Amino acid sequence: MTEMVIPSGGTPWLTLVLVIPLLGVAGILLAQESLSRQVALGVSTLCFLVSLPLWFLFDNGNGGMQFVEKHQWIESPSIHYALGVDGISMPLVLLTTLLTPLCILVSWTAIEQRRKEFMISLLVMETATIGVFAALDFVLFYVFWETMLIPMYLLIGVWGGPNRVYAAVKFFLYTLAGSILLLVAILVLYFEGGRTFDILTLTQAHYSPNLQSLVFWAFFAAFAVKVPMFPFHTWLPDAHVEAPTAGSVILASVLLKLGTYGFLRFSLPMLPDASVAFGPIIMALSVIAIIYGAYMALAQADLKKLIAYSSVSHMGFVTLGLFALNAQGIEGAMLQMINHGITTGALFMCVGIIYERTHSRQIVDNGGLAKAMPQFATFFVIFSLSSVGLPGMNSFVGEFLVLVGAFEWSKLTATLASLGIILAAAYILYMVQRIVYGPAASAMLPKLFDLNPREFGMLLPLVFFVFWIGLYPNPLLDVMHGSVNRVLASQSEIVTVDRGQQTDKPTRLVADGAVNSQPLTGKVQ
Amino acid sequence: MNIPLADIVTILPELIVIGMACLLLVLDPITPKSKKDLLAWASLGALAVCVIMILGSFGGRVMAFSDLVVVDGYASFWKLLLCLVSGMTILLSMTYLKEEHIDLAEFYGFILLALVGMMVMVSGADLLVIYLGIELMSITLYIMVGFKRFEARSIESSAKYFVLGAFSSGILLYGISLLFGVAGSTRLSEIASTMNDQSLSDPLVLISLMLIIVGFGFKVAAVPFHMWTPDVYQGAPTSVTAFMAVASKAASFAAFLRVLLEAFGGLKPNWTGMILVLCLLTVALGNLVAIVQTNVKRMLAYSSIAHAGYALIGLVVAGWIGTEAGVSARGVSSLMLYLAIYSFMTLGAFSMVAILRNGGLEGEELNDFTGLAKRHKGGAFLMMVFMVSLAGIPPTAGFIGKFYLFMAAVNAGLAWLAVIGLVFAAISAFYYLRVVMVMYMREPSSEQELTTRLALSPSVSVVLACAIAGVVLLGIFPGPLVSVADLSTLPVK
Repeated sequence: MTEMVIPSGGTPWLTLVLVIPLLGVAGILLAQESLSRQVALGVSTLCFLVSLPLWFLFDNGNGGMQFVEKHQWIESPSIHYALGVDGISMPLVLLTTLLTPLCILVSWTAIEQRRKEFMISLLVMETATIGVFAALDFVLFYVFWETMLIPMYLLIGVWGGPNRVYAAVKFFLYTLAGSILLLVAILVLYFEGGRTFDILTLTQAHYSPNLQSLVFWAFFAAFAVKVPMFPFHTWLPDAHVEAPTAGSVILASVLLKLGTYGFLRFSLPMLPDASVAFGPIIMALSVIAIIYGAYMALAQADLKKLIAYSSVSHMGFVTLGLFALNAQGIEGAMLQMINHGITTGALFMCVGIIYERTHSRQIVDNGGLAKAMPQFATFFVIFSLSSVGLPGMNSFVGEFLVLVGAFEWSKLTATLASLGIILAAAYILYMVQRIVYGPAASAMLPKLFDLNPREFGMLLPLVFFVFWIGLYPNPLLDVMHGSVNRVLASQSEIVTVDRGQQTDKPTRLVADGAVNSQPLTGKVQ
Repeated sequence: MNIPLADIVTILPELIVIGMACLLLVLDPITPKSKKDLLAWASLGALAVCVIMILGSFGGRVMAFSDLVVVDGYASFWKLLLCLVSGMTILLSMTYLKEEHIDLAEFYGFILLALVGMMVMVSGADLLVIYLGIELMSITLYIMVGFKRFEARSIESSAKYFVLGAFSSGILLYGISLLFGVAGSTRLSEIASTMNDQSLSDPLVLISLMLIIVGFGFKVAAVPFHMWTPDVYQGAPTSVTAFMAVASKAASFAAFLRVLLEAFGGLKPNWTGMILVLCLLTVALGNLVAIVQTNVKRMLAYSSIAHAGYALIGLVVAGWIGTEAGVSARGVSSLMLYLAIYSFMTLGAFSMVAILRNGGLEGEELNDFTGLAKRHKGGAFLMMVFMVSLAGIPPTAGFIGKFYLFMAAVNAGLAWLAVIGLVFAAISAFYYLRVVMVMYMREPSSEQELTTRLALSPSVSVVLACAIAGVVLLGIFPGPLVSVADLSTLPVK
């Protein structure tokens, strides 16, 4: 397999996208406290606009890295400042640049104290997350991966709820502990994979099955904590409940994707044998996460906690799709990553809007909003139904593809996982029933007023994406096809263990995937 | 006796510093109190000359005084670091001593004397020369630790340090004398040449080796020879603590490495195991005990013990049997890199503790940092960067230091050691972040809000700027320092 790499061709778009938020940080430092949110909003919007060429100039026919930039960073050992995106990472970069301005809008009035520091933390987060998605050098990847911990720690710990310090420390230590083995694995791969930190070269190297299984579990420790997979999810409800709204949105929409992105970028293509061998364990954990998360969500009285547990359940679908190791599964998983980012991010924004009015996240305190806040109720119902996976909305496409992929892998697994969808309908609809249509909580009524233009404006784009992906996901799937095929190609190349027929399977599956996704969207239209 | 001029030139930097130190002691009584700062500037000037001379002769390998003294890249690397640290300590002390009302110019003389001792240590090619250097450094430090002579804690820690320090010097000297009985010489090169396969099982050699490791273990504060560290660090004036935690540790490590690798390079099987045990104990105990500290100085003391443990990983790699010479050399250079980076972040952290002293606050208890982010944004931010760097989180220099150390370990086939080191690094994040948490996530009391005024002066600002620049720039562009460390590493057999 030869590496197809397309250089950035003049304009270093990725570097621009990385640097603009940092320039914004400098700007905020110079600006007055009262102007900091305007500067932050302007800068992050600019960053979003600059990231758009990544979408429009993207070559769908090429599954390799595009917009590649490579400069020597450290000579010995050779470490590069290497950036690039493919069909896997480009949508995630765009998701990040899209959500950051929205996060700033969410915090427009909610954050009253130390606004400057808040905006700086958000912008540093943006740079770090984009860096993780775009890094093509393992050390660079790790630097961004860890850098992000500090601003997130501050976001939760400084601007969070009453129990924020506990949640912040728990978040920090959990994720840091997970990353320990990642660093060792990176170093081991360096020495085993030809003394380079270049991710593309390391992906093509062949590793012995023993080494693969060791590295696989080392990666697993880092990525599973981030996803978070059952049983490493316990930090998530705490972090979500305590974080300010913008923190929750970033956490749910972007941070959780880093884990699944790691699986997809590193575990699957670099360690194909181990991925097949340990796939069943991951699949089992995913199914447990789907059902357990859903059950926990059913029992929650706190809105944020409910959505946090629904995240555990939804991210279970993503890992389920990834380790089904077929085209539908992986593409579904990637779509699901984007969907979860949009839908759950939007739901957290909605909760933030409620909280700003009533200062309570308890479901009982916030009944019957439909009368007092009709516009809000409309948005809230749309996003809730999207979370349930109603056909015509984004999550349906992703979950459907994942289940098709899982069905291919094992019928029992897929059947169990579909339980998660039924449960999702139960806990979401139950929540909607109480929040939107239930009896109004009279004590709160005087505090309620409908959306203002700012809030309307920040929810509207997300509605657009809910329906766009729900009705016509092909542009997004086309972007992903090429890169997913490459991941599967690395699978078929090296897989030698137990499943005899695996060797010729991927190509057939890719064809299936293409066929399957067409009528699906056709039907919905 | 005839001393060749060439030999004198070789040790000219040391002579300049020692001359300046003597001059300061003489000038101190006759300088009016308002002009004492001039003496500090004069000592800084001497350091600058010294640095220029070391830079001028960087690279070659010169032996002097019939092979008692060696000036090679390795020695020059450490001397530059030590001069830099001493200069920063002097700048910090100019403000801090006034806060404590102990501003005597002889303090700067003592710093210079200790510096000479350290320079002799890193340049010694003979066990006795190294011993002389250690003694010069230690005796000066005993005095400096007790410099707050009105305060019982300072005197107590001085006495404690003196007793234990003298004890450890005795052990070291005993080891040297036993070794002299076996090898017939105290020169490192001659000891190395008399060591052969039989020496591996010679009990006398083994005992002397153990005694020497114990002696150096005291000086670098490796567990279980660390008992003096917390009390002494806590009791000493903060700028002296910073100086000890950074300079004396670096110099002791430098001499330790040279003795083990140059004299006992052939006996690796004998000492690598011991160092490995020391390393594991030090990393574990330093980090675990630091968790329960509520006094920042004491916490930093345990953190410095833990960091000595990480540095020992480099020594373990250098001594690991069956590794290629290149890999072992990487162990040495990663240790040098680590200690250089450690110097910046530790000096920065102690400087923050020192300047918080102002305005009635002690600056030593964790509670004194409460809500610092509200009271002094810049100070809190600097302290956060130092803490993050000490925890080894990118993009700070602390990460780069750990990265190279663990890379050397993995290269030598010691991936498990890297895992253990990283586990404890994650544990250490807990207590470093607690400082960040206290500064950013707690509200200051109204009394604290009123009294906050950091003892910022131009000289302290220079120290903080140097430290933060070191921590940030080395975190992002470590390349030059890495190549310098690679160039000046000890030749490992």
